[in-house]
Amino acid sequence: MAIRSRTALLVLEDGKVFKGVPFGKVGSSLGEIVFATGMSGYQETLTDPSYAGQIVVQTAPHIGNTGMNDRDEESDKIWVSGYVVRDMSRIVSNFRSERTLEADLLRDEVVGISELDTRALTLHLREIGVMRAGIFSGIDAEQPVEELVSIVRSAAKMQGQSLSSVVSTREKYEVAHKGEYVGKVAILDLGIKRSTIENMVERGLDVEVYPAESTAEILLSSNPDAVFYSNGPGDPETATEQVKVLQEVLKKKIPFFGICFGNQLLGRALGFQTYKLAFGHRGINQPVLDRRTGRVEVTAHNHGFAVRVDGGEQVESPAGFGQVRVSHICLNDNVVEGLECLDIPAYSVQYHPEAAAGPHDANYLFDRLIEMIHANKAKKAD
Amino acid sequence: MPRRDDIKSVLVIGSGPIVIGQACEFDYSGTQACRVLRAEGIRVILVNSNPATIMTDPDFADATYIEPITPQVIEAIIAKERPDAILPTLGGQTALNAAMSLHELGILDKYNVELIGAKVSAIKAGEDRQSFKQLVLDAGADVAKSYIAHTMDEVLEGAAKLGYPVVVRPSFTMGGLGSGFAYDEKDLRRIAGAGLQASPTTEVLLEESIMGWKEYELELMRDTADNTVVVCSIENVDPVGVHTGDSITVAPALTLTDREFQHMRDISIDIIRAVGVDTGGCNIQFAVEPNTGRIIVIEMNPRVSRSSALASKATGFPIAKIAAKLALGYRLDEIPNDITKVTPASFEPALDYVVVKVPRFAFEKFPAADATLTTTMKSVGEAMAIGRNYAQALQKALRSLERRGSSFHWGEQKKSKIELIELSSFPTDGRIVTVQQALRLGATAEEIFQATKIDPWFIDQIVLINEIAEEIHASADLNEEIMLYAKSFGFSDAQIAEIRGVSEFEVRTTRYAQNVRPVYKTVDTCAGEFPALTPYHYSTYEQETEVRASGADKVVILGSGPNRIGQGVEFDYSCVHASFALHDAGFETIMINCNPETVSTDYDTSDRLYFEPLTLEDVLEVIHAESASGTLVGVVVQLGGQTALGLAQGLAAHGIPILGTTPDAIDLAEERGAFSRILDEAGLISPANGTATSLEEAKAIADRIGFPVLVRPSFVLGGRGMEIVYDQISLEGYFERIADQAIVGPKHPLLVDRFLDDAIEIDIDALYDGERLYVGGVMEHIEEAGIHSGDSSCTLPPITLSNTQINRVRQATEKIAKGIGVKGLINVQFALAHDVLYVLEANPRASRTVPFVSKALGITLAKAAALVMVGWSIDDLVAKGHLPATDGTHIPESSAISVKEAVLPFKRFATKDGRFVDSLLGPEMRSTGEVMGIDVDFPTAFAKSQAAAGSALPKSGRIFISVADRDKHQVVLPVRRLFQLGYEILATTGTASILKRHGIPVRIVRKHSADDDAPAGPSIVELILNGEVDVVVNTPSGSSARKDGYEIRAATTAADAPIFTTIAQLSAAIGSFETVIAGDFKVRSLQEHAEDRRAALA
Repeated sequence: MAIRSRTALLVLEDGKVFKGVPFGKVGSSLGEIVFATGMSGYQETLTDPSYAGQIVVQTAPHIGNTGMNDRDEESDKIWVSGYVVRDMSRIVSNFRSERTLEADLLRDEVVGISELDTRALTLHLREIGVMRAGIFSGIDAEQPVEELVSIVRSAAKMQGQSLSSVVSTREKYEVAHKGEYVGKVAILDLGIKRSTIENMVERGLDVEVYPAESTAEILLSSNPDAVFYSNGPGDPETATEQVKVLQEVLKKKIPFFGICFGNQLLGRALGFQTYKLAFGHRGINQPVLDRRTGRVEVTAHNHGFAVRVDGGEQVESPAGFGQVRVSHICLNDNVVEGLECLDIPAYSVQYHPEAAAGPHDANYLFDRLIEMIHANKAKKAD
Repeated sequence: MPRRDDIKSVLVIGSGPIVIGQACEFDYSGTQACRVLRAEGIRVILVNSNPATIMTDPDFADATYIEPITPQVIEAIIAKERPDAILPTLGGQTALNAAMSLHELGILDKYNVELIGAKVSAIKAGEDRQSFKQLVLDAGADVAKSYIAHTMDEVLEGAAKLGYPVVVRPSFTMGGLGSGFAYDEKDLRRIAGAGLQASPTTEVLLEESIMGWKEYELELMRDTADNTVVVCSIENVDPVGVHTGDSITVAPALTLTDREFQHMRDISIDIIRAVGVDTGGCNIQFAVEPNTGRIIVIEMNPRVSRSSALASKATGFPIAKIAAKLALGYRLDEIPNDITKVTPASFEPALDYVVVKVPRFAFEKFPAADATLTTTMKSVGEAMAIGRNYAQALQKALRSLERRGSSFHWGEQKKSKIELIELSSFPTDGRIVTVQQALRLGATAEEIFQATKIDPWFIDQIVLINEIAEEIHASADLNEEIMLYAKSFGFSDAQIAEIRGVSEFEVRTTRYAQNVRPVYKTVDTCAGEFPALTPYHYSTYEQETEVRASGADKVVILGSGPNRIGQGVEFDYSCVHASFALHDAGFETIMINCNPETVSTDYDTSDRLYFEPLTLEDVLEVIHAESASGTLVGVVVQLGGQTALGLAQGLAAHGIPILGTTPDAIDLAEERGAFSRILDEAGLISPANGTATSLEEAKAIADRIGFPVLVRPSFVLGGRGMEIVYDQISLEGYFERIADQAIVGPKHPLLVDRFLDDAIEIDIDALYDGERLYVGGVMEHIEEAGIHSGDSSCTLPPITLSNTQINRVRQATEKIAKGIGVKGLINVQFALAHDVLYVLEANPRASRTVPFVSKALGITLAKAAALVMVGWSIDDLVAKGHLPATDGTHIPESSAISVKEAVLPFKRFATKDGRFVDSLLGPEMRSTGEVMGIDVDFPTAFAKSQAAAGSALPKSGRIFISVADRDKHQVVLPVRRLFQLGYEILATTGTASILKRHGIPVRIVRKHSADDDAPAGPSIVELILNGEVDVVVNTPSGSSARKDGYEIRAATTAADAPIFTTIAQLSAAIGSFETVIAGDFKVRSLQEHAEDRRAALA
């Protein structure tokens, strides 16, 4: 039967309702609804812990065509709280495919909805901003719409939510370097992606991954050559403990690198504020200017919050860490995309140099970590 | 780096005539480039031999040279204009090759002129296969195992190493010309032999077969700061083995994971860097082994290509425009994205829709040609469609082809499942429908995959379409749910009607009652992330429309759909002009078209662009959507060729106002009886004629009016099915041939005319406002009547007609225009035989020659016509300076002469046994494009036209003469002159004896190896193939000579030598031989010619 009934409902906080075809788990799910514009890499998106607590709308119409495989998992499960696509693939066609997308969604109990006007939905979110939403299917969808809207409105807002402990590892674990040994990096897992670890290990780094609640003492217990804060979900304003830990790291002048949530926390540690963007950056086509080289890189983004730096390209850290340079900006809207401390060895980017999904243009940022470790070692040796 | 300030003037090289593999996409890209350069305040000098292009409008450059694209001519232009730089990357392979010649001849150095857009080193690195291969390997990517050969021995040696099948690719040819798959040595000798000849460097590449692999293309752009973006990924639905121009393609790629896609992207960036393209775009093709994912780089083009035009339309990212800016030194992040205005061009477009492109073929024009698709491109045009899913886009694209059977169907299928699977194992025009039929009869997706190697995902989409069709069929009623579902997967009203066994009108009525109407989404480059300011729309069946309300007076212009022989860029030219003129006159212009190659589908040509199929259903929906606001003044149908004209009655029946000549008046001209009455009333005559709906009727008419007769189906363009028939038996043969094409029937009778031997054919393009006739130009054909006007060369002004005769043509045209009730353009064809003027046909629409007239005489007919259609009078147009005060009836004697010459695609079409199809001209049009030569006198203009068409007349050498008996008395004079000019004359025995009697020394050659009358030695065919003959004159007579001369003509086609198949052409060319011997061509821009004209008229 090709024609399927449109019995699922997507209900937005503002009362707007879209009908569609259910897929994945039947039931209901709530979250912040966001749209992602990548045309490839749905598996990486789904398994990216940064999407925890969010209902993701894929603007690319065909999803699921290449199935799912172990190699492309960015973590060991699907994190999105709901999934909205235009057309779910009926079959899988790719030489690396091991499972269907639907099978994984069922396994991880993700509620999905398809065959709705995802473009109208996207334009709505662009105009109004991201908001809470719910997907309802099966008997859950049979309640009156007003009822569903009030359920959606009762859900927690993303602003003010701390999700790090939800996505972080429970136990510390280690991954050994490949090739020539360069050093050791202590990672605070706020929702790390597998590709980030791979990028470090391939560059000769031993990696120690710590739970999000780890103290500075624990994080630095093995005397790492660098500290790394990962990407992750939630409002950076809630991560006060992690910011304090980071400030201790910075005071010790231990080389630091942060990605995404890690960038927001470096910003806060340096004394800047973070704020919520209207609808965020979620795509793999975003132009970012690297002010150090003057080059533009096409990058993968997934962030709803950003660091606010007023006063130009180079400013003084309000928290007393010296000069800070806004090293990267998004050319679409001039949002701060990277910070570089000029007086201490620390830098971070708001986007994803590990890509997955997305272009590899910013991969060099991992090389900068290696350079920084070498430089710091040389300095110590002096 | 911001714009370079050391470049003040730029010479842009166009792509010349429309040929297969190089069509009007280069007019689109060249036009964009000219606009960008001028907007930057740069003096633009343009050379292009093709008058049918928008870019050669004098408005688009400061100096426009419609001259042959040869090194000598370009040097003359450089010497005269002294440009700072040459931009050769927007005129296809023609421009790139011309630039390389200029470099090699030292002309660039001599005049200190720089190539911008691509450096010589980059062009070489990208185009030379050996160095490119090395560069790919150095970048850590993989290539097919290959072998370079310069001789047949090397070819055979290479094949022995690689094993069969093996791919043959000649170097430095465009559109894959001369390439193919060889399954054995016999194939190899044939393909590689032709390939060595086709390659300017006598080089072919042999490659391991990657047939059946998945094929992808990436379009990239890079700037001086090493910023690189991938504009678009394109996936070929037809796997490797079919030229990408002949494949159904989809954007974005749909069957790649991000890991595979990014790997391809990384390789592409490494390659573009290594090649050194740093101020422009390039296109890289990949093959992917479906079971292992092994990626092979096939080739790259260091220039704007056909695919980049498609990618521009598919994404809204204007590659050519950006390429022109990069060439001036801008960086990608310094260039704003036109669609969003606020974001920069240094990003990669995100699509929230699917784009499908389907090729349009013309095999019916070449019945002898092998219709199997190969790595040599054979399609003559393409249609693109946009949908919110693949099935929708595919179905829209297929119906955009406007061909019977091009869409999926569910009617009677006589072939069995097995036969259909077998058929689909060969790639041919329409294979996708064969696949659909096979699946419908129960073939499994796996069986189809084994037969076609089409990715299972794409096959499943057809399975899905069949399943939906089944549900439409099985449903008790055509309810709203089913209707909406069918629509969202692209089913047309006509398809639903077929499935339900009702009329299309009934489906439409039901659908309207259910209020199931399409919404229109926007191509915005960013999947909705930023507001789009450019109204570039496509239809889909979803919740919300994005059409903005406007209170304007709206005019809808119907484009001409996919290019085909007989309907090409000339019609797009007229549509674009109408759009410009109407916009300037204060109307909101709304363009509907589905041809991605065109200027009309550029998002800033019209106020609003709808990329939609040109079917009644789709056009009515656009009009419905636009009628929600403002005032619909009407629809322009007379500029988009038969495609647009064919919709006039249907639109009128729905109460839509048609601008200009009414649909009923249009029919008057087509309907033989009514048209005869108009002629009678006007005191005009046409050749004796009749209309037949059957063979018996046709025979009776022929008996009455006498043979030879010219037969042609009504309501066709480009002389489709048109033939000269000499006797009863041939007439029967004709009916047999057209039997399965359904072009003749009670509703569409066959027109049977007495054929006038030895008549001069005359074309006139004119404008009529209901009261006054304004002549654009009167053209005299060089070939006698009987050769399709689109294939014959013609001159403007006429070179043998007296003013009295021209006045008669004018008066006759005026009477016809009045009789029909024309409001707008009219084209009439006449034959002048023994000073009697016969009316052959009248077309109340834009003709193919409108752009030629505009370029030759500076009369912008299409713009004027558009204004007449909205109520302006010719007096108004003259008063306001839209038209010159003096029309094109009589041209001052001092004016330049323009010659239009047709360009024919015979070299693209081989028969099943591997020989080229016959190059004889006839009443059915087969040319793909045209060139123009303009100069002070006819011989020079004609010589230029020949050079521009790629068959330049030689200054010396051997000319072979073999003519039919009826031509023998006429051939003596021209041949004597050729002999006097120093050419060596070769002839077969028959022709030689006549020439010898007239005292012309002739070398006799054997007609074929078994010819015992001639002295021993190589046959003429061998001589031609060996390149030992410089010009061939061969006229056919009767059917046996046609067969006789065929081998000679096919060899000439293979050897690329100039050929004359009529004495009229040869006689016209004699003066041109003298001109060529006398010296090099001089150049003069259209702007200078316009000055001359103004001075002469003053």
